[in-house]
Amino acid sequence: MSQAQSDIRLVGVTKRFQNLLAVDSVDLTVDVGEVVCLLGPSGCGKTTTLRMIAGLENATSGDILIAGRRVNELPARARNVAMTFQFYALYPSLTVEENLAYPLHADRLSRAAIAERIAQVARVLDLETILKRRPHQLGEGEKQRVAVGRSIVRQPTCFLFDEPLSRLDIQLRQQMRTQIKEVLERLDKPTVIVTHDQIEALTMADRIAVMRDGRIEQVATPHDLFAYPTNVFVAGFIGTPQMNLVPATLEATAEEEGATRARFAVLGEQFSAPVEAAVRRLAPGAKVTLGVRPRSFELAPPDAADVVHASIDLIEPMGAEMLVHLVRQGQDLRCVLAHTARVRLGQEVGVRCKPNQLHVFDEAGSLVR
Amino acid sequence: MSSREVRSIGVAGWGRTLGAAVISLIYFFPVLFIILAAFKTRADVLAWPIKFVFTPTLSNFVSVFFRVAVEGGQAEATGFGLYFFNSLFIGGSSVLLALIIGTSAAYGFSRFPLRGNDTYLFMILTTRMMPPIIAIIPIFVLFNIFGLSGTYVGIIALYTAFNLPFSIWMVKSFFDDLDRDIEDAARMDGSSEWRVFRKVCLPQIYAGLAATFVFAIILTWNEFVFALLLTGTQTRTVPVQIVRAIGGAMGADWGLLSALETLFIIPVVLVTFALQNQLLRGVTFGTIRR
Repeated sequence: MSQAQSDIRLVGVTKRFQNLLAVDSVDLTVDVGEVVCLLGPSGCGKTTTLRMIAGLENATSGDILIAGRRVNELPARARNVAMTFQFYALYPSLTVEENLAYPLHADRLSRAAIAERIAQVARVLDLETILKRRPHQLGEGEKQRVAVGRSIVRQPTCFLFDEPLSRLDIQLRQQMRTQIKEVLERLDKPTVIVTHDQIEALTMADRIAVMRDGRIEQVATPHDLFAYPTNVFVAGFIGTPQMNLVPATLEATAEEEGATRARFAVLGEQFSAPVEAAVRRLAPGAKVTLGVRPRSFELAPPDAADVVHASIDLIEPMGAEMLVHLVRQGQDLRCVLAHTARVRLGQEVGVRCKPNQLHVFDEAGSLVR
Repeated sequence: MSSREVRSIGVAGWGRTLGAAVISLIYFFPVLFIILAAFKTRADVLAWPIKFVFTPTLSNFVSVFFRVAVEGGQAEATGFGLYFFNSLFIGGSSVLLALIIGTSAAYGFSRFPLRGNDTYLFMILTTRMMPPIIAIIPIFVLFNIFGLSGTYVGIIALYTAFNLPFSIWMVKSFFDDLDRDIEDAARMDGSSEWRVFRKVCLPQIYAGLAATFVFAIILTWNEFVFALLLTGTQTRTVPVQIVRAIGGAMGADWGLLSALETLFIIPVVLVTFALQNQLLRGVTFGTIRR
């Protein structure tokens, strides 16, 4: 019951700016206590979607429901939604303390009650020593914490974050990620985070909605998104280094000891691999795209079965691992090997995909599953 | 602002410092001349070469307020106190009015643009493109028809209109430079549109408002043509009085004129000095991004 009472639901939400379709019929539900990340390249409509939930943009069509109530016509100030902005948007003429107190003015609290709330938030976010400072005297991390503090000081129905960590350096980013995650867990409210950084999304979100050109391509848990990307766009977008997407032709499929095996023609060679049973639905000769993550490749003796032969074009050391660029018939293959692997530039090697880590996409680019 | 670096003269270089001092002195010389002349006797004022060492007298300042109109007659009040008050009152209230109306208009133009917003803004600017003197005849006629000639209401209304265009333009540019996210944050925090304007936007442009105030008050303080034609004996402003003081039975009384002018520049110097920090920030507003 309580779930239906304070979740966020978007039904066919569309936003059109003059001739530009910024958000195209988005459906999304964020449950109580759930953190959903909107992830996508810039210009994909993720921030516009967030601003529509906030009430800072009006939806052209569709319904936005917060706590079961349609809020399309409600102005931002009446929605009781908290939002933190990419550039923090602290009030420059107010001290940290006054910034934190600002959202409480509408609640008509006593002076003591306001002080109590501020003290509480300051303790949680470690702001006690900077309460008297003004925003321009704060470091980036401190600004971020004040911004978060300002959004949790009142009791909003849900939380929105626009690129919360994009301005922080790597170390602070990890710190804040943990801190925000802890705060969010304690608050137990539906939360939407907009980000273009997949690490941020993968670590903070319960579910991720990948957006492109105003549409949601896939909504899934971080694991499912990684393991079963619904199409080539998501496959290429999630995971670093990027997944290899290679055009191929399905030659034949066969049933072998209860598992399905398929034979493909790729880059002028043939190889067979275990695949999802659904691949059998494709007719032999079908054009497909094979997706292999760089870490799913392994070196194999060139004369072994089911290997692809290529030469080493470039080696990028990454510490414990190295990113090896292979070339075959002009096609670049990225492959991550342990730093101990003995390879050198120009060497001819055989690689194959580790079992059950091959993704097959049909001609339209959808995962065959 | 907290850690402004103060360089010593040695760092800037003595040559440059001297050069700057000489140029400043050249520009300041006319003002210095006037101030000195205000304390000179009639003979000293006209002396050549210019006297820099002389016995100062306050008689010119006394004459500003009390004059002997006829030889051997009784000294009479010149009404300068009233004219000085008029300049302050008319200038102050018209600039404040222009600033209040202009700020509201600027916020509207900046945040709630209309179809053809730029056209309206351009039209507002065109009112200042021609010299105001061109409009003097219709204004003069209108003032007579509506009985505004020689009234405070008339001249204040006119000066307000006179200051509005550039107040709108200047204040709008300050609003344009603000970070909109901060206003959105205030909306998310439950602020009404009025509160967004009053508590969030306005405090951020106080320096800009101060700069606009100073520019407007200087323009208004110095205005002469409209004041000459449209004020009466009770509403006369100082510039008009200065000109009236030029003529006299014994030719121009330069000492008296200088005393008038010295008194006349004091308020402007005080206002500029009091607001100098805001003025600097106002002028450089928007040149530094976050």
